[in-house]
Amino acid sequence: MIKFMLMVNRQGQTRLSRYYTPVELSRRAVLEADVVRCCLTRKKDQCSFVEYKDFKLIYRQYAALYIVVGVTDSENELSVYELVHNFVEVLDKYFSRVVSLDIMFNLDRVHIILDEMIQNGHIVETNKSRVLAPLTALDKMADS
Amino acid sequence: MPAPIRLRELIRTIRTARTQAEEREMIQKECAAIRSSFREEDNTYRCRNVAKLLYMHMLGYPAHFGQLECLKLIASQKFTDKRIGYLGAMLLLDERQDVHLLMTNCIKNDLNHSTQYVQGLALCTLGCMGSSEMCRDLAGEVEKLLKTSNSYLRKKAALCAVHVIRKVPELMEMFLPATKNLLSEKNHGVLHTSVVLLTEMCERSPDMLAHFRKLVPQLVRILKNLIMSGYSPEHDVSGISDPFLQVRILRLLRILGRSDDDSSEAMNDILAQVATNTETSKNVGNAILYETVLTIMDIKSESGLRVLAINILGRFLLNNDKNIRYVALTSLLKTVQTDHNAVQRHRSTIVDCLKDLDVSIKRRAMELSFALVNGNNIRGMMKELLYFLDSCDPEFKADCASGVFLAAEKYAPSKRWHIDTIMRVLTTAGSYVRDDSVPNLIQLITNSVEMHAYTVQRLYKALLDDISQQPLVQVASWCIGEYGDLLVSGQCEEEEPIQDEVLDVLEGLLVSNLSTPVTRGYSLTAIMKLSTRFTSVNRIKKVVSIYGSTSLILYCCNDPISSWISFNFHLTECPLSVCQTFQLQLLSPSSNVVPALNQGTVTQVIRVLNPQKQQLRMRIKLTYTLKGSPVQDLAEVNNFPPQSWQ
Repeated sequence: MIKFMLMVNRQGQTRLSRYYTPVELSRRAVLEADVVRCCLTRKKDQCSFVEYKDFKLIYRQYAALYIVVGVTDSENELSVYELVHNFVEVLDKYFSRVVSLDIMFNLDRVHIILDEMIQNGHIVETNKSRVLAPLTALDKMADS
Repeated sequence: MPAPIRLRELIRTIRTARTQAEEREMIQKECAAIRSSFREEDNTYRCRNVAKLLYMHMLGYPAHFGQLECLKLIASQKFTDKRIGYLGAMLLLDERQDVHLLMTNCIKNDLNHSTQYVQGLALCTLGCMGSSEMCRDLAGEVEKLLKTSNSYLRKKAALCAVHVIRKVPELMEMFLPATKNLLSEKNHGVLHTSVVLLTEMCERSPDMLAHFRKLVPQLVRILKNLIMSGYSPEHDVSGISDPFLQVRILRLLRILGRSDDDSSEAMNDILAQVATNTETSKNVGNAILYETVLTIMDIKSESGLRVLAINILGRFLLNNDKNIRYVALTSLLKTVQTDHNAVQRHRSTIVDCLKDLDVSIKRRAMELSFALVNGNNIRGMMKELLYFLDSCDPEFKADCASGVFLAAEKYAPSKRWHIDTIMRVLTTAGSYVRDDSVPNLIQLITNSVEMHAYTVQRLYKALLDDISQQPLVQVASWCIGEYGDLLVSGQCEEEEPIQDEVLDVLEGLLVSNLSTPVTRGYSLTAIMKLSTRFTSVNRIKKVVSIYGSTSLILYCCNDPISSWISFNFHLTECPLSVCQTFQLQLLSPSSNVVPALNQGTVTQVIRVLNPQKQQLRMRIKLTYTLKGSPVQDLAEVNNFPPQSWQ
């Protein structure tokens, strides 16, 4: 299962964090900084999977943003790698070519999208239209 | 009181902060404003304030004072309020706070709400952070929603059920009836989460596992449809239909087929089909193949299928994509014990991966290479591994060196090859060799009696080149001490050194800054031992006397490998001490201080009771401090006159 998902920029600032196993607030900052450091020091010719303590990190870089997913040992790394891309494609569809600022200023919406895709560490839905349906309904409600 | 600022405004403000301190100040100011707004029980802006609080929480600032506000938002009738309230609950609350129990009633009501999105929120939150009590209270509602025809709710209910089962395993039975027709759903979301639920139940209970084995044919059918169906826009990822569902089904099949012949046979065909038909040009296809390989290796598959799986891994190793090479090596490492011969066929590709640029790939390749070493390939493999040891990063050297020693011990084709290999490791990675290897190596050399001359000569030569690698120096010193007579006597193939040259080298070690105290101990011991083997005894005495002693620990033993007894000299009278064949009594020493610069001596009388008339031998261990660091030396006295013990 997925233990956490982070979106971090190159300066190490967290843009999105979601934990699916309880991690204390005081330890989160350290964990995030450590995880980010692991990923930032990797070069282009190194693979996207890192062994970290007793679980695995899978990361993907999109422009200046790193998406890092922490998973248990039993998870299929290549599949999670695809899932990250799927998530980005959903964001792309909603924000029409998503950029980091979109994520920053619409954090609550990004959380809603994430919740529609992943629930307690497992995939719930990968079809883009179905993921975005509640959010589209919410937007319509807010406009009216 | 002006209206509280919007979240966007806060974000914009925080972005203008140039230092951490400035940011902290802004946040504290906003927190104070939010707190007073909460105190005023302002319904209109509560949602906005909690949203800001969640943002600040993400940045790492405390937000616990907003917990109760989340509850108020959840209880509100507005969807926008509920949304933020539930998000806040998921991010800020867990079962350690008492506050969370207050949510139970709200969630119960919302699970029965008329709007599916509200029901969805409740399911999501319950599945995320519900405590055991909450789960117990609300399991019935979840079970009801698991049977609904609304696919949006059904898929969320399935994952919520997974959480309930994790928290309260006894409730698993309750969900059994609802699982009956979960797999006949057409909606992929429901299928996916249903498979997750079934997986969870099977992993937790062997009874459930046995019960669900009958689902294998249905799972096989679903998988077949996914592969054979044409393009389906709904779940297509790069030309493959719902790869996430395929991977999940393969994982469930793995659990069902594990230790069961019938189930394994039922899934044999579909696994072969997936393995051969999946498109491998993109990562998606490879993800499915990877899962397939893992399943084939875990169930009771026939050998043809297993070879197919390992060949897929072999192909992965040649892939340009480093991620794929990585998973291939990981899987091969898992299967090398059970399918050793099949993996051997890919040995050369694996050895090539030692030269990969990625650290994780190199490590896996190294572990796998050691697992593949056997009596037939030892020479070739060792060449590659020693080359790797030469050029690899320091973090690998210790493990690689240990691996080389182990492999050499098991499969060395000849004693000379063995010693040469050890020499190579000591000279190229000598500082990374583990501490316990030194005594092990000494033991090995001792046992190879016919190689003593050759070994001491080679080690001596290595010392002439480089004295910085401590394990090498220690082993070399020990050998020279033991076999120094062979070194100078002309039994070696090359020009032999003379005694003074050897003593020069050993003395050099004593004074060198590169030598650790342990190394100095080894070299001083070697020098002392040479007093019985060399003729330049005066020189040796001089060297030993330069290093004065402040305390003396005596070891007595009746045979070099037997137990040792130590008693502390400490310049006081010692009571009778007992060892196996001797009884010893130490009398008071003549003085407490050994004068410096050879200006005097200290005498201590040791009375030895030797009823069995065993040959007297003494080992002396000296500990002292030299220039502030502790030093320990060993010496042996073997030449007690026979009259003393006969």
